[in-house]
Amino acid sequence: MSFHPHIEYATFHRSERKLAELGDEFRYTADNQATFNELVTHYPAEQRKSAILYALFLVQKQQGYISGASMRFVAEQIRCTPAEVEDVVSYYTMFYTKPVGKYVINVCRTLSCALLGAERVTEELSAKLGITPGHTTADGMFTLMEVECLGACDRAPVLMINDDGWHERLAPDQVGQFVENLRDRGYTALTGCHLHVEKK
Amino acid sequence: MAFEPVLTNHVHEPNAFTLDFYTTHARGYEGLRKALTLQPSEIIEQVKASGLRGRGGAGFPTGLKWQFVLKDTPKPKYIACNADESEPGTFKDHVLMERNPHLLIEGCAIGCYAIGAKVAYIYIRGEFLHVQEALERAIAEAYRAGHLGKNIYGSGFDCDVYMHRGAGAYEAGEETALIESLEGKRAQPRIKPPFPAVEGLYNCPTAVNNVETLCNVPLIVVNGPEWFAAQGPEKNGGPKLFCISGHVKRPGTYEASMHTTLRDLVFGDHYAQGMKDGRAFKAIIPGGSSVPILLDKDLDTPASFDHIQKAGSLLGSAGLIVMDDTVCMVWLAMNLLHFYRHESCGKCTPCREGGDWLYKLLQRVERGEGQMKDIDLLYSVSNNIVGKTLCAFGDAAATPVLTTLNLFRDEFEAHIREGRCTMPAPWRARHAVMAAH
Repeated sequence: MSFHPHIEYATFHRSERKLAELGDEFRYTADNQATFNELVTHYPAEQRKSAILYALFLVQKQQGYISGASMRFVAEQIRCTPAEVEDVVSYYTMFYTKPVGKYVINVCRTLSCALLGAERVTEELSAKLGITPGHTTADGMFTLMEVECLGACDRAPVLMINDDGWHERLAPDQVGQFVENLRDRGYTALTGCHLHVEKK
Repeated sequence: MAFEPVLTNHVHEPNAFTLDFYTTHARGYEGLRKALTLQPSEIIEQVKASGLRGRGGAGFPTGLKWQFVLKDTPKPKYIACNADESEPGTFKDHVLMERNPHLLIEGCAIGCYAIGAKVAYIYIRGEFLHVQEALERAIAEAYRAGHLGKNIYGSGFDCDVYMHRGAGAYEAGEETALIESLEGKRAQPRIKPPFPAVEGLYNCPTAVNNVETLCNVPLIVVNGPEWFAAQGPEKNGGPKLFCISGHVKRPGTYEASMHTTLRDLVFGDHYAQGMKDGRAFKAIIPGGSSVPILLDKDLDTPASFDHIQKAGSLLGSAGLIVMDDTVCMVWLAMNLLHFYRHESCGKCTPCREGGDWLYKLLQRVERGEGQMKDIDLLYSVSNNIVGKTLCAFGDAAATPVLTTLNLFRDEFEAHIREGRCTMPAPWRARHAVMAAH
């Protein structure tokens, strides 16, 4: 935030982010609570904070995004302040502070994928879905995101769907069909992420 | 002596990732059994004698790193395995962990024994959930079979291996930032010294090792340090994984000795098999996006840490990104600076602000709105980042700009003179809005 009323601060900055909305009261389901309790034991007893990323992933798994109330809940679980939780949430790119679509389509945009047409893939996706990256379709089905290197450059261009589905080598002209398939068939429409080197 | 792959020789077998396969076909856990009959100091000596150098990027001798881990302290010690693999163009650990997870687990256990640790954390990037699941299955198998847990093989040695999932941060690949992230904070680097070997995770002595580095340790213990050293040029021994991506016919992870030349890796029949669509070779980034570009004249360099450094670049994480003659180098620098700008952790001003400035300047030149003085400005901003940040990220962010300016200055000048991108390729975005944001 700028300290001068007429001077805009740099247009790209994390400080643009608003505080998360509080939302409904949050607590883990019994299963998630049990998972969390188990994960905490992986760290020394006085280092509960190490489990914070896992705690937040569990929140996201349960309600799709991380609300203010869930940050307070995580703070109680970790035994730290809500500010410390927000500090972490705002840093890592995989946490969403707003609701997202059923399928978050993450297109890798970094060099190796871009060399093989990732920019075109994003363009086609954007046209097909009628949204620009960072937005969700009105029916709540798809969120389009551009992400940096996903670590599967030999399968370029690579897409990650939510945080557990992968689709590799998507040509720009296959995008329309791909979206239809994903809408109709869900994860079965994905190629997955597997070794693709032909046997010698 | 012909080179035999040992890290990835079984990765195409359908069951390669199972404990059963590992123990029957790959001499699985022989290394750990043998290690537990030796003194920890003997293992460190063996790793030192082998000349194993860290595979994460810096190429620091692993044996030395372990030797530096503080011995006389009441504090617990830790191994933190760096499986954050986020360097653009790198995907070797991905294959190792997915298809040969027990090798890594065995390496972690031997590493723990050598430095006197009882716990190893494998810090894996959040995007690799499918890889994490493969590793978790393997860890559970190893516990059931008694390769991990209390009193392993009745030796009195206890060892636990846990997964720690990251949540999307390139910076977490830096060793002190990785430790911060393991402690549940933002992944931002610490001031060194103290080095992690003295004060690392929870302020306890910690060895941070790359996945591929730890995977080599069981092989050294089983086959001996002489075997390992003989696998490559002097001081660059052992098998090495090369990740080849970009405009080649057959991108992928290839295991080779560091005698292999870059030309072999790009054009060789056993490797990437040459350029895609019959186009001409233009340039190669030999070690992940953070290292200087090499040209055709450099291709006969053996792909070893020392040889590539002599040629003016770095082997880094051995992520080879190959580019054909359709690639505009201003665009390339812009693409990479988008990455570095986005991934800067924000701790040091030169990198946080400078990365953003560089990106904006490059955008201006790429759009054809640049001026000749922007070239000097790009140099000036870059040189004010290099060496002025806590971690190597700053240097890494300035490198794509400096290397393209040094080698392809004419392309920058052409953009400025003609007021447009002079090399628009068909695989790039067609609409200006999508190309620039």
